[in-house]
Formats: sequence, C-alpha cells, structure tokens
Amino acid sequence: MSYEINNQQDGVIFDKSHRGRSNPCQAPYAVEMSGTIPATLLRKVPPILPEVSEMQTVRHFTRLSQKNFSIDTHFYPLGSCTMKYNPRACNTLAMLPGFLGYHPLAPVETGQGFMACMYELQEILKEVTGMKEVSLTPMAGAQGEFAGMAMIRAYHDARGDTARCEVICPDAAHGTNPATAVMCGYKVKEIPTKADGDIDIDALKAAIGPQTAGIMLTNPSTVGVFERRITEIAKIVHDAGGLLYYDGANLNAILGKVRPGNMGFDVIHMNLHKTFSTPHGGGGPGAGPVGVSERLIPFLPVPMVGYDGEQYRWLTKKDRPQSIGRLSAFAGNAGVLMRAYIYARLLGREGMPRVAEYSTLNANYIMAELQKKGFDLAFPSRRATHEFIVTLKRQAKTLDVSAMDFAKRLLDYGYHAPTTYFPLLVPECFLIEPTETEDKSTLDGFIDAMGKIKHEAETQAEMVKAAPYTLPLRRLDDVRAARELDIVWRPREQAE
Amino acid sequence: MPFIPHTENDVQQMLASIGVSDIETLFDEIPAELRIRSLDKVPAGLNEMEMSRLMRARASGPQPLCFIGAGAYEHHIPAAIWEIVTRGEFYSAYTPYQAEASQGTLQLIYEYQSMMAHLTGMEASNASLYDGASGLAEAVLMAVRANRQSKSKRILMPATVNPNYCSVAQTIVENQGITLELLDYEVETGCIDVASLPSDPGDVAALVIPQPNFFGVLEDVNALTDWAHTHGMLVIASVNPTSLALLTPPGEWGEHGADIVCGEGQPLGVPLAGGGPYFGFMCCNLKHVRQMPGRIVGRTVDVDGKDGFTLTLQAREQHIRRSKATSNICTNQGLVVTAATIYMTLLGAQGLQRVASVSHHNTQTLCEQLSAIEGVSPVFTSPTFHEFVIKFDGVKAADVLTALTAKGVLGGFNLSDDYPALGEAILVCATETKTAEDLALYCDALAAVMGELKGGAA
Amino acid sequence: MSNAPSHLKYTKSHEWVESMLDDTYRIGISDHAQDLLGDMVFIELPEVGQALSASDECAVVESVKAASDVYSPLSGEVLEVNEALVESPDLVNRDPYVDGWLFTIKASDAGELDELLTADQYIELSSDDDH
Repeated sequence: MSYEINNQQDGVIFDKSHRGRSNPCQAPYAVEMSGTIPATLLRKVPPILPEVSEMQTVRHFTRLSQKNFSIDTHFYPLGSCTMKYNPRACNTLAMLPGFLGYHPLAPVETGQGFMACMYELQEILKEVTGMKEVSLTPMAGAQGEFAGMAMIRAYHDARGDTARCEVICPDAAHGTNPATAVMCGYKVKEIPTKADGDIDIDALKAAIGPQTAGIMLTNPSTVGVFERRITEIAKIVHDAGGLLYYDGANLNAILGKVRPGNMGFDVIHMNLHKTFSTPHGGGGPGAGPVGVSERLIPFLPVPMVGYDGEQYRWLTKKDRPQSIGRLSAFAGNAGVLMRAYIYARLLGREGMPRVAEYSTLNANYIMAELQKKGFDLAFPSRRATHEFIVTLKRQAKTLDVSAMDFAKRLLDYGYHAPTTYFPLLVPECFLIEPTETEDKSTLDGFIDAMGKIKHEAETQAEMVKAAPYTLPLRRLDDVRAARELDIVWRPREQAE
Repeated sequence: MPFIPHTENDVQQMLASIGVSDIETLFDEIPAELRIRSLDKVPAGLNEMEMSRLMRARASGPQPLCFIGAGAYEHHIPAAIWEIVTRGEFYSAYTPYQAEASQGTLQLIYEYQSMMAHLTGMEASNASLYDGASGLAEAVLMAVRANRQSKSKRILMPATVNPNYCSVAQTIVENQGITLELLDYEVETGCIDVASLPSDPGDVAALVIPQPNFFGVLEDVNALTDWAHTHGMLVIASVNPTSLALLTPPGEWGEHGADIVCGEGQPLGVPLAGGGPYFGFMCCNLKHVRQMPGRIVGRTVDVDGKDGFTLTLQAREQHIRRSKATSNICTNQGLVVTAATIYMTLLGAQGLQRVASVSHHNTQTLCEQLSAIEGVSPVFTSPTFHEFVIKFDGVKAADVLTALTAKGVLGGFNLSDDYPALGEAILVCATETKTAEDLALYCDALAAVMGELKGGAA
Repeated sequence: MSNAPSHLKYTKSHEWVESMLDDTYRIGISDHAQDLLGDMVFIELPEVGQALSASDECAVVESVKAASDVYSPLSGEVLEVNEALVESPDLVNRDPYVDGWLFTIKASDAGELDELLTADQYIELSSDDDH
C-alpha cells in the first residue's frame, strides 16, 4: 500500500464518467436490431454505467487495489482464516486456456484432462481426511456445512428415524453452524466450553437424547486447542443415535497428523481457501468439499466425478438416487478446485504434514513470546494449535483500550489485525493464526509491534483509541452507514 | 520445503523460546492412538516445472467451436479484466472486515452494487452470492420472509426456469417446509400463457419469472408481474444480465416492478472454466433490504469527514445473528465480482448493448440457417434473446451432438432428458463471439451429420 | 448502573411495561438494554392489530453490533406502534422510557402482570450480567 495516495483523485468510477466516451475496441461492432422483440419488452432508457476509457478503467481499479491489505503485501495473522501464501503457479496453471474455455455442459470426452484433475482431487481429499467418499461441489464452507447437515437429515429420514429435531453446537462454534442447522430445519442446543477450552462433557451428556440428530464440532476447536476427549465424545453421540459433523475450518493445524475420519466423524467439510491455499479474493470464491463416512455415502451432493478405468464422467442423481441433490448450477467452483488440486500436488504427501508442523510451530512461538511480553492468554495451560487466543480484557478494564483499538493500531504498524471478538465467549479477544508460510523475522516484527502497542496503551491510551493514522482513511462511522443507507451511487439529479 | 521459509537455525531458536525440544512435542495433546504415520495415497510432491508439464498436457487438445449456453455463456473477455483481478492486492486479500485496510475491495463492491442496481432497475444490490442457481434458492427463502401479507410457503416455479436451478432451489429450501409448485408452459410459444393462469391461485408467497426463460424465449413479464401482485405474491425475477442492456429491467416490469431480482453473473467477464467460479447477483428495493441475504457495502465518512466505505447491515448476518440469520452465507464471490465490475466499466451501457444485440442477431441468423436444413425445425414461435430450440426428425439428438463434436462443433444442449415432451430437441446459443464463418461451419456440419445419420438409418 | 423508573414493570429479557388507560399497556426496552446494544440503526415493529401471546417475538431492535428480538411481556392485541422510530431509531437510545416506546397493547390477561419484575428486582438482575 502506498500511503501517499492523493485521495482527491479517487472518487467513485461514476465520477470519472463522461457522456459519449467508450471502448469500441473491447465491444463487438454494432448491428441493426431485427425488430422481432416486441416494444413492450424492450428497455427504454439505457442503464447508468460508467463511460470511461480503458486506461481510466485500468488506473482506477489499480489504484483501488493499492488501498487493500493483502497477503502479498502484508502479514495477515487472521485467526480461523488461514491466510497463507497463495502460490502463483496455482493461478497460472488453473488459467490455461484449455481449462478456461471448457463449457460445463460440453461432452466429457472433450474435457478429460479437466475431469482427471477433479477426480484426483477427490481421491487426495479422501486420504487427507480419512473419509470414505468426497463430493467437491459445495461452493463455500457454509454450503459444505449445509450439505453435511442435509445429509445427516437425509440419513435419519431414510431410516424412518424422524423424531430427531435438535442439533448440538458448542457455544464457541462459528456462527454459520447454528445458522446452517436452522436452514436444515433443526433447533439448536448450545453447550458450554470449559475453562481449559475443552467441551463440557457432562453438559453434552445432559443435552443429548433421542431428539438429537447430531453435533457440530470443530477440532482443533475455535478457541485454538485440540479437543482431547474427542473419541469419548464420538462414542456418546453415536450411542445416542446421533451423527458427528466436522467443521474443517482448522484442518490446517492437523494436516497429515490426525484425520477427522479416525476421530469418529461422519461428515466433514473442508475450506480449500484455507487449508489448500486458494485465494480469498477479498471475500470469495471459496470451495467447501464434503467427505463422509460409510453410512452417508449414498447422500452426497451431486455431481461427483466417476472413473471406470477408461473415462471420467459426471455422476448425477441418475447414478446416485439418494443424493441430497444439487447445490450449484454446474459442478461448484471448478477453478478454485483446480487451484487446490495444483497446490496439493506441489506439496505432495511429504509436504502436507509440514503444513501442520510449521503452522503449529509459528503459533506456539508467537504465543510464547507474547506471554513473555505480559499479554494474557485465554488458555495458558494449553498448547497452541495453528492458532491461539490472547485476551485484552485486563487492558480494556484498566486502560479502557479495547481489542478493537489494538487491532486498529496494528494497521498503523503495517500488520493486518488478528481476528477480534471471535469466538464470542472470550472477552476482548485476539485470535492469532500466523500460518506456516511466514518466516521468523516477520513473526518477530509482529511480536515487537504488539509489545510497542501495549506500551502505548499504558502510556498514551487516547492515541491508541483513535488509531489508525497512516491509512487512506481513519475510523469509519458505522452508525451513519447503517442509518443513512447509501449503498447505490446515483447521479446528482436522481439522488435528491 | 515447498512454501515454508524456516531455516534449521530459525527452528532451533523458536523451539528454545517455546521451551520444547522438537516440533513433534507440540502435538502432544493429540491422543497417540489417533495419530497417523503418513498419507500413503497422496502422490509424492512435484516441483513447479513437473506440475506445469502435467497441467499443460491436461489442458491441451482441440478447442471445439461452442454453441452451448444453457446457463453459461461464452463472451469476449477484455484483456484488462483478469490482469487487474489477479493483482495480489485483490487476489490475496481477505473479506473486508477491517474497513480501513480494505477500502479497495469495499469501494469496488459499492461500485458493483451500483451497476447491478442500475442494470436491473432496482434500489439495492448485495455484494453477490455463490451462483445463479443458489441465488434463486436464496431469493425463494427471502420471499417467504419478506412477504408479510402471505402466511404461505408455496412458491410458483415455471417449468421454463433452468431445471438445474429448480433442483438446487429444491435441495436448499425443502428442509424448511417450502414447496415449489411447477407452472407449465404453452407448447406452441415456449412460455407461460398468462390467460391460462388461475383466477384464484390461493395464498402463494411468490412467483418466479425467468427472462429470457431456459428455452431462450421471452416471457410476457409485464402481465405475469401484474397477475402475481394482484394475488398478493412477490415477484422473483431470474434474469440474464447481458440481456438487460436490451430488455426492460425487472424494476419496470408491469405496474409495480419485480420485488427480488437474481441471476447468474457469469456472462459479465467470467470465463466458462468448467462451471465456476461464477457469481449470483441479487437486487431488491429498499423496503426489503433487511431481508436480503449476503454482504452489503455502504458509503459513510471517517472521523475526519472523508468519504469511505464499510460493510453495513451486518446484524442480519450469521456471525452476529447466528441461528436467526437471514442465511448461513458468509462469503460473496469477491474476485469474480471484481471481474464483473471491471467488465461493466469497460463496456459501459453502449458496449453491453452491442454484446446483447450482436448475440441476439447471430442467434436469429443461426436459427434461420439451421432450420433450412432438412429434418431440422424450430420448436417455438415466440421471440427469443440469444438461445433457441430446434428439433430433429427421425434421429436422436444425442447422436447428432456426438457426430457434431467429432466435426469440432459443440452443437448445443440436449433437452430430451429434462423435457422429453419436446422430442429430440436441443438448445442452441450463438453469442457475439461467433462470426458469419462460424455460423456457416455449424450449418455445413449439421447438414452433413443429418445426411449421414439419415442415410445410415435408411 | 443504568436507570429503571419505579413506576414501570420489567421482564428478564429487558422489556418494560407501563400501565396506561384501562387494559392498555405501553412497551419498550430498558435503558440497560439499549446501553448494551449500542447505537440503534433500525427498529422492526409489530403490525397494528397483530395478536400476541406473552413471550412471543414481536419486534427487532438492530444496532451496528447486534440485532435483538423483543419479546412481548403480555398477551393481547397491538393497538399502536411508535412510527417515529422508523425515521429516528436513536430515540430508543436517547429516551428509552418515553419517546423511545415501541408499541401499545390491549392486554387480554391482566394476571400476567404479576409475573413481571419490579424496578428493584430488575436492577438487581441486570447488574448481575454486567461483565
């Protein structure tokens, strides 16, 4: 980011528009309309879109890009998001013309190379998770969750076991978990987390029963620790007739070390934009493939890729009649899957456990160093996994400097803030996830900045509370944004 | 080690700081019986050169001439678009939760929302959903929430909506007790016959109106919208964004306009890429904006009064509202939306209108040319946008398509599975990317194939 | 500690109830609740004529930080809603007990009032959940 940007030049693209300017080189030649479309169906006034040159376009959007933090420009220790380096080869090779030009409904004979990549990715993900079968189609983690819960429902329904109406979630769960359970027609029962970060097993035993369809867990959990009694939990849930859903948000921490399949989970979703390093793209697209144990295989969402030893082809509802059905118009975010496949092949079987090892090493190192600098850990008796939680509750109480203030001040030091205020059960928290791709000197720089901000908070709290100072903008008025909604640009004469 | 920068020296210093002797100790909280030794079925790692060779081989092969549409359309993508989209600052940024450090992404989404609102004739747009099909499912859920007059969970879904969209909507809404009731089309025209609609449809939450419909045919959207509103339904428009440069925007349909507009954004600068990533767009008017799922960016000011952008109306979303959220969705298709925003900027209204009219023109021409071939005839009489349906007499559509593929032409999408009543019919699309020579090549190939197949059958 | 006028009754979920004429009661959210939620940006009100049972979800108060359901303290029919909140949701922050009222209800079971908390009971309860 270049802080010296002259903001006066940087209105919205519509401000740069001049009537009559166009880019004929990018558009086809004009043709006469044939007149077969009735006038009542034709547009009367053209849409208001910018009228700018190609160079204005390129300059405008290039300058916008410079107002972003990104992995390529900044350390981004955002907990639960796995902001690791996105290898360039994954992008370049996924964007070969032969892949980009492939129509999703083209005959499979014309796309065997593409299909081979998808099939092999299914196989790799099966091995990595220890599940029996994988479907790649969910387009994001939340859609993978939906697919998982819909499969659990389909499983119980297929057995005529229709009285199960509740899903158990830990109070620390990601917000999508309860939202997903409701989308699948379930009620949510929350259970508490103990002071050491593990689930309260007594509370689980009290909550579970013949009404329980399943439980949604993340392991390592959202509080950054490994759930040590997972085998016992799996037994309790299975004995009650429920199934276990695994939220793969934190798969990076255990890649090649331990597998959800071995822990007793029945269905899992993976976030390929986390563990398999596909780009976050400013908020998508992601990919959320699902893997299942034996009993859920018939219910996987379609299409999947099948291989008979000679040809790869799409498996649809015809092949898999008990499937929960389709989740996307075609086969999910194929281009994202392609990037994940390339990443998996570059890492290979030796590279995968190293992901877990070095992301865990980096997290434990920052944790140790921050503790030495006097920061409070949320779970000091535990190992960090690939992430851990610092709580700034003491600073908030004694200095009136909140986690949000710390976060904003970190931006001034050139570090993206860690995840703040998640999980909700730890007050004033920072969830810190450095990932394996960062080197020691970057981590040291971050640790040093945290120490300096702590000192600033103790000596000049007001200054920290008004940060940031060095970015294109200072703190934004969220209340005004919501009360005086301005979400669509309008020309002046229309706006009034 | 691929993508891991640590030197042995770094590792030793870090372990010393933590106070453990080796990395393995950091995993000592995982029960030993759960640990695995290796991932045997994952292939050994390749270096970039080896991987590049493998992928180039897999991406190679002839690139046939594509006349398939059916929800994914081949349009020209200006070179500047993906050059900018793949800049690291867009490509590798996260969701813009820290507004001050994400003004690029946030302003871009605001500009995107503005363009989509103007294109559809609506007051508001979200920052996008996964794709057109799941967007329609979200629109159905939204309509049930937003229609306060109706207690019903019934939705009228024309059979002329893309069948894959219908099945996605079914998968996503069925667990919430919502029913999708199929509305049939008229066999002559290929669209819904407004006159045949019931005068008392009962309590229904919403009517879905596709424009153009799956057959490429233009529906009588004005009459349909008014009929739905008369009966207390909301109107969900499922539209093609390119077509809106030519066609009445949903905000102006009938007396009061559509209530929710959704559709597939892929035609706006996004490559076919085997089916994704694409994006779904969704627009509505301000009175329903709090029922709309997905992210929304708003313009505001910072403490110094400078204009800036931030996520707004977040209280509706899953990370705050949890089990009461409008949807479990927590991404938009950010990078793909970046491409679409640059596409609309580069083309402008005039360029987009040209893309739409040349596509329409090519489609008209091709339909006339193909229909002149013996044994080939058009199926519907109504005007179309950039797709049409033709059927074959005496030969299987599947056989025709296979034979065309062998001649380097992807002739269209076979409708005989989804719409057996149409006979041996296919759906054909010719966008602005097709030249007069391409159309002639298709005609010659089809004429030859018809001759061969009929000759073979005789 | 935030204020809770003694002539009002309260619920555990932070609504207040004011007795008006006959069986009519006015309902809003407490000063403590508005303080926890922060700056209001939108209030979704019930519909006039809507029949409510006690503890039904009947309104949503939305701030930048959170959207929270309001539960009806009493059963009955909604008589009137505070239209001023549509334009000025911040009235709930500035004056939660007078100008920031949400709706009035014609109660069908006056006995439900006995279930509600007094100001002292409410203050004691809400000071417990101060973090």
